[in-house]
Amino acid sequence: MRYIANTDADRRAMLAAIGLTSLDDLFSDIPQQVKDRFRPLDLPAKSEMEVAGALQDLADANLARRELSFLGGGVYDHYIPSAISHITSRSEFYTAYTPYQPELSQGTLTAMFEFQTLVCELFGMEVANDSMYDGATALAEGARMAARILKRPQIAVARNIFPQYRRVLDTYCWASGIEIVEIPYMEDGRCDRAAIPEGTAGFIIQSPNAFGVIEDLAGFKDRIGDALLIVATNPIAAGLLVPPGEFGADIVVAEGQPLGIPLSFGGPFLGLFATRERHLRQIPGRLTGQTVDAEGKVGYTMAAQTREQHIRRGKATSNICTNSQLCALTATVYLACLGATGLRELATLNLEKAHYLAENLFALPGYELAFPSPFFNEFTMRVPGDPREIRSQLKDAGMLLDDPKSLAALGAPDTLRFAVTEKRTKDELDRLVDILGGMR
Amino acid sequence: MNTIFDYKQNEEIGGLFPALDIPAQGTEALIPHDLVRKEPPRIPALSEPDLIRHYTRLSKLNYGVDDGFYPLGSCTMKYNPKLNEDLARLPGFATVHPSADEDLVQGSLALLYEASRLLCGIAGLPEATLQPVAGAHGELTGMFLMKRYFEARGEKERKRILLPDSAHGTNPASAAIAGFSVTEIPSTKEGMVDVGVLEKILDETVAGIMLTVPNTLGIFEEKILEVTDLVHAAGGLCYFDGANLNSFLGRARPGDMGADIFHFNLHKTLSTPHGGGGPGSGPVAVSERLVPFLPIPRIRKDRGTYRLDWEAPQSIGCMHSFYGNFGVILKAYAYLLQLGDEGLREVSENAVLNANYLQERLKQTYRLPYDRLCKHEFVLSGEGVGEGISTLDIAKRLIDYGFHPPTVYFPLIVHEALMIEPTECEGKETLDSFIEALERIAVEAREDPQILHEAPTCTSPMRASVRRLDQTHAARHPVFTYPFEERWKDRGTEI
Repeated sequence: MRYIANTDADRRAMLAAIGLTSLDDLFSDIPQQVKDRFRPLDLPAKSEMEVAGALQDLADANLARRELSFLGGGVYDHYIPSAISHITSRSEFYTAYTPYQPELSQGTLTAMFEFQTLVCELFGMEVANDSMYDGATALAEGARMAARILKRPQIAVARNIFPQYRRVLDTYCWASGIEIVEIPYMEDGRCDRAAIPEGTAGFIIQSPNAFGVIEDLAGFKDRIGDALLIVATNPIAAGLLVPPGEFGADIVVAEGQPLGIPLSFGGPFLGLFATRERHLRQIPGRLTGQTVDAEGKVGYTMAAQTREQHIRRGKATSNICTNSQLCALTATVYLACLGATGLRELATLNLEKAHYLAENLFALPGYELAFPSPFFNEFTMRVPGDPREIRSQLKDAGMLLDDPKSLAALGAPDTLRFAVTEKRTKDELDRLVDILGGMR
Repeated sequence: MNTIFDYKQNEEIGGLFPALDIPAQGTEALIPHDLVRKEPPRIPALSEPDLIRHYTRLSKLNYGVDDGFYPLGSCTMKYNPKLNEDLARLPGFATVHPSADEDLVQGSLALLYEASRLLCGIAGLPEATLQPVAGAHGELTGMFLMKRYFEARGEKERKRILLPDSAHGTNPASAAIAGFSVTEIPSTKEGMVDVGVLEKILDETVAGIMLTVPNTLGIFEEKILEVTDLVHAAGGLCYFDGANLNSFLGRARPGDMGADIFHFNLHKTLSTPHGGGGPGSGPVAVSERLVPFLPIPRIRKDRGTYRLDWEAPQSIGCMHSFYGNFGVILKAYAYLLQLGDEGLREVSENAVLNANYLQERLKQTYRLPYDRLCKHEFVLSGEGVGEGISTLDIAKRLIDYGFHPPTVYFPLIVHEALMIEPTECEGKETLDSFIEALERIAVEAREDPQILHEAPTCTSPMRASVRRLDQTHAARHPVFTYPFEERWKDRGTEI
């Protein structure tokens, strides 16, 4: 086999050194009954060339790659600069393990120190971890952290967060014995702060939310008293919008996918997680800290590890070990490639193009914004007729939109959501409007 | 060490995105003034040459599997085939949005479905979920499944999980999140579960046992069938941590040993890279009685068409935003196709042979607390090698010899543990040079102990770019973000 270096002669020499006669002797400790029950996969070995061909065929069967995407819902089709993958495909980065030996991991650790700083800068926060699995699991960990800090078994959650966040949150909260109190939204599509009860461990809000609406986060912190304000957001929007930290957020989470990470059918993605220094001991996941070596030279190492499972075991702040480190590196390189100026330029392109499409759709009879509130790169339109039918006709024309049933489940039937990134051109947007305008 | 924040801000960098091709309205016209960010984040843009050089330099301060021997116990640092990296980047896979219509993503769905069938075959269990994205995430899924199972049966008093004292730290942490309490079972002097103690502990408050097979000492539980039978007879479930699957691939199946839940680490056993700490993938296979509780959506195949099935009233719900780490699963799938049954068997044969060879040779020099046939790994103790010498000293000195150190100070039941896992990929020559290095270190420990205390010395042309790092300093003076106030004081915050 191509990935094995030993020859038969090596194997014989090694067996002799051990004092065994056959390779089967190495497995004499597995009960015979277990061995007798064994059944192979009935899978013949294939050459590299055959496997490359088989997977290319599967990739070709994904017709979606040829369509024009207006899909969003928390995951966006952004342009990825070429430099990014040239760095992340350096095998010193991608074939390394978790940096338990810091002297051999200064590359990863320095990048993680940069990453933590970038996440704090984006969100206006004080300390960020080295990543969670994805945005939804980051949110679930945030809810658990709030319940742990305040020792309260209830968490308030805005109804209009993206469904995938809510589903994962539901699972974790059920298992951890945390009760969810759902907070309705108002006619403008924004969360109704008056409906938040007192005495919960935290309040979860997403901005932009599932309708694409930018929430007005001012005043929430005062409203909820000592409960933790947990904000889920979009890292590209953070280049343009007032960061959640300025509104007093205690925990900020986000799906980091927009920061240079391929869509890849939903994973691997990147959970961003930031909080306040006063909650340091309760933060889940790995942290990288600055230190010095034996000669006083600055270096980096995993820090504050007494929170983590390999030390604290059953009392750890989280069970997370493997996280999404390479995706965190991707996001770091992406942000360093754009800089604050490039990030704002990108965010502005998204904002302008989304509004161009919204305004042109609004000019069509029967189309209006479902919620008259500010939005970023995604918006929800009330449409004339069955949204499933309209979506289906767009699909026939090679344009993909999110399934309206998730919006209907959130109480917004007869609507469609459109996401517009920098990748959509004026021609494409005009074509979409033309098709919808011609539909009757 | 320079970070990106030490580069000067270059306002002239641009050219990544085309100019706006529609009439610009301006931010202030589109969103209210009070929502617009006033102070930009402090993120300098690097020119592309600076960017590439900065991260190329950082990459050279790292040590990966492609750099050399990486015998981290319990981590299975095997070679990561290059083909798989290329396949994951195919536009047909990489550019597909998870919410695209099912008929337009048949390739991805087929891959997930077929991968899960192969994993079920390896596990010897009927169904699997691919949603968990790491080993600990798989454990958590397993604990949630147990919880839901006993809820459905109305056995709410089953609140305890049994764990051998050699277990990974993630095991008790995962059990705790699901609301279980943990009872530790001591190991026998042979390093196995004490069946006598187990029998006494088992009662109607036990939800199940979490086992690592072979255990973290690298020893196969010879009484595994007795253990799982006892747990089942007491109404409990058996969870198998799959961290050590590499040792019996192609020869035995957890389902045949009594496992009800088994998690894979695709980033260990099935060759997908660790990425410096992730992303991984931790699929979970289950026995028949747990199938109704698996996460949604399930992937179904009806007459040659693949679809997502969200209908499962008893399911624990979702563990991930979408369908797990598709980009990782596809690498494991490609690896399995290349290996086939024959390759899987060769993997375990060579992994176990390499480990036993190292164990046999090294026990002449280092203490081997559990001296018996091992599987894919074994645990030495650094104790007694030299006056005042710790396992940490030995590990750091290995860096000077050009090797990544083994896992140290785990499992907890071995004092000064050195946990060594060579994987199947290493040849005898590499193993011999590693043995020689450890033998020389043992001599140094007696004759020149200071050089071990000071390691890594960075005097050899090896990878360490810094001397031994001070962990206590990091704890006493916590710095988790770049000190802008100190370093940027001559720059305005306006950029």
